Amino acid sequence: MKNEIQESVGILKADKGANKFKGAEEPSGVLKGAQNAWDMLSEEQLQKHISTGSSDLNGILGGGIHCKEVTEIGGVPGVGKTQLGIQLAINVQIPMDYGGLGGKAVYIDTEGSFMVERVYQIAEGCISDIMEYFPYHHDKSSSGQGNLQPERFLAGIYYFRICSYTEQIAVINYLEKFLGEHKDVRIVIIDSVTFHFRQDFDDLALRTRVLSGLSLKLMKLSKTYNLAVVLLNQVTTKFTEGSFQLTLALGDSWSHSCTNRLILYWKGNERCAYLDKSPSLPVASTPYAVTSKGVRDAATPNCKRVRIM
Amino acid sequence: MANKLVSEMRLPPHLAHLLAARRLTTAKDVLSLPEVELMTLLDAGILTARAAVSHVSEFACPPCQTALALLEERVRLGGGGRLPTTLCGLDEALGGGIPLGKLTEVVGPSGIGKTQLCLKLALLATLPECYGGLNGRVVYIDTESKFSSRRMIEIGQKSFPQVFRQEGLAQKMAGRILVMRPTSLSDFTKSLEQMKVTLLQNDVKLLIVDSVAALTSSENERGTSTTGFTQHPLRWALSFLKSIAEFARIPVVVTNQVRSQSNDDGYHYSFEVKKMGDGNGAERIESHLVAALGIQWAHAVTIRLVFESHSGHRFIKVAKSPMSPAVAFPFIVESSGITLLTDEGIDVSGPEITSIRCQGQNLLGLGE
Repeated sequence: MKNEIQESVGILKADKGANKFKGAEEPSGVLKGAQNAWDMLSEEQLQKHISTGSSDLNGILGGGIHCKEVTEIGGVPGVGKTQLGIQLAINVQIPMDYGGLGGKAVYIDTEGSFMVERVYQIAEGCISDIMEYFPYHHDKSSSGQGNLQPERFLAGIYYFRICSYTEQIAVINYLEKFLGEHKDVRIVIIDSVTFHFRQDFDDLALRTRVLSGLSLKLMKLSKTYNLAVVLLNQVTTKFTEGSFQLTLALGDSWSHSCTNRLILYWKGNERCAYLDKSPSLPVASTPYAVTSKGVRDAATPNCKRVRIM
Repeated sequence: MANKLVSEMRLPPHLAHLLAARRLTTAKDVLSLPEVELMTLLDAGILTARAAVSHVSEFACPPCQTALALLEERVRLGGGGRLPTTLCGLDEALGGGIPLGKLTEVVGPSGIGKTQLCLKLALLATLPECYGGLNGRVVYIDTESKFSSRRMIEIGQKSFPQVFRQEGLAQKMAGRILVMRPTSLSDFTKSLEQMKVTLLQNDVKLLIVDSVAALTSSENERGTSTTGFTQHPLRWALSFLKSIAEFARIPVVVTNQVRSQSNDDGYHYSFEVKKMGDGNGAERIESHLVAALGIQWAHAVTIRLVFESHSGHRFIKVAKSPMSPAVAFPFIVESSGITLLTDEGIDVSGPEITSIRCQGQNLLGLGE
């Protein structure tokens, strides 16, 4: 297989030499705007992933949430979608020295579930974990200590409060300009993408068309600005296979729009995550936990969860 | 923001004229259409349509704030943004009390004490700040005719004897609570609409709806569900309650009923059903009761407090809250209202936190 790829690359390179296009970045001279698979592979391998806080969850996601992809996360109320969203908004800011992306986050809140005190708590939890894993590292750099304050993490989250579907459409359109001005944003989280569309839209067919327009825009944003787009979704019941089952909201057409889908659910007494859709990873599920510090690996049976405050 | 007028947006003249000619006057009109349809409507090219959309979006988009700015604003406004319930364990779990600006739901079987909690909260909001209250008016929407002013004064006298001993204070406090009794959903919707201005202007510090489930009959909930798209009968009320909570920065407390689980409740995903094999498709979770109003409502509320009874005791469970662990507190109802038996919550693991149990018990406990 490798030989064939190398051969193809060889042909493409020779072709590139013959046809000089404007814009020296064009790797493939055959089709303008196309990129060959080998380059894509090398690029992908260099990509850092955004940690979710739980190493098991990172494992089924292939390292974490991927940039340049749209990931949908859905679950019943109370299972921890907002918690995971906030955790990702914090984790994307982990400095590169400590293995993170050192980027900023855009958090689009449609339901009002973003509680600032909890974000502060999760930021503190993240910092204490970093200090634990890198005990000597922060001593070396003079600004290291100063950079790891919860206030810095909070300052790195751009928050939009959306009160109607018009505003939701407006903010996604505006993001193009916003992201052009704030190039350090590496994740856009929409919590939740469903709420206003379930509430206020009467015309179901129009809703499907508007949603597909939005999903295309979001995919384009993620590719153009090299960031991860995470959409939190609600659940609804659907009548399939002779009984009512849980499924993610917004319908069948919407379910095609995301690149990856993660479903959060309860299994016995634990929270579990199930990777339902992914272009490169097998379906898998794993338990995880939500603690006072944020999203972490599922606790061992003997470990009692610490209460907040 | 959605109703922002295009004419006020300072668009380039040719775009403004184009949109006005097609009677697209608000941001909502322009943005509700997919790009291609807008193009057809305007009879213009894709670039013009895109330019129009991006200009309108920029003006219709709400301003951005950093999370740090939010925190500083919260600190500046003081009080931590909470209404303390005086139930210490519960207040601690909720981060100080019922949050301002969010929708809190209290759900449980009948007779368990939901109205008692609402009466107490109504009283607390009227108290002056030195006693831990919000020093404001309360609007109490009573759909089941359960509001009893006699009972409320009794709760006040027993919980805050020093306050109520003062002359005329009881009258002043009770005078701040405005009770409305809508008899139907349309009545309720109408009174909410009329109340919008009053809420924002008149120093109303708490809105209680007891109960919201009584306004909808159980048939409306499911509707025609095969398409998966049901028009929730309370959707307008839900949006209104959430938005009024945020804009007026007041707590909104809503009471909900329970109903028994029906076969219509999906509770497994398709991948879970497959794993269990063909025979067990309809394996039920242990609880026999679920909150009324469906899963869409459950997603929309920010905080959900579940009242349940089992093993001869009653419990308040923090079932959904973005910043609380899953804990349950045993409580009783006495002459001074609801009292927690212990401030140390019991950790509850797993989905049990959201289940509602109601075992045979004496449901007459409404105070001595």
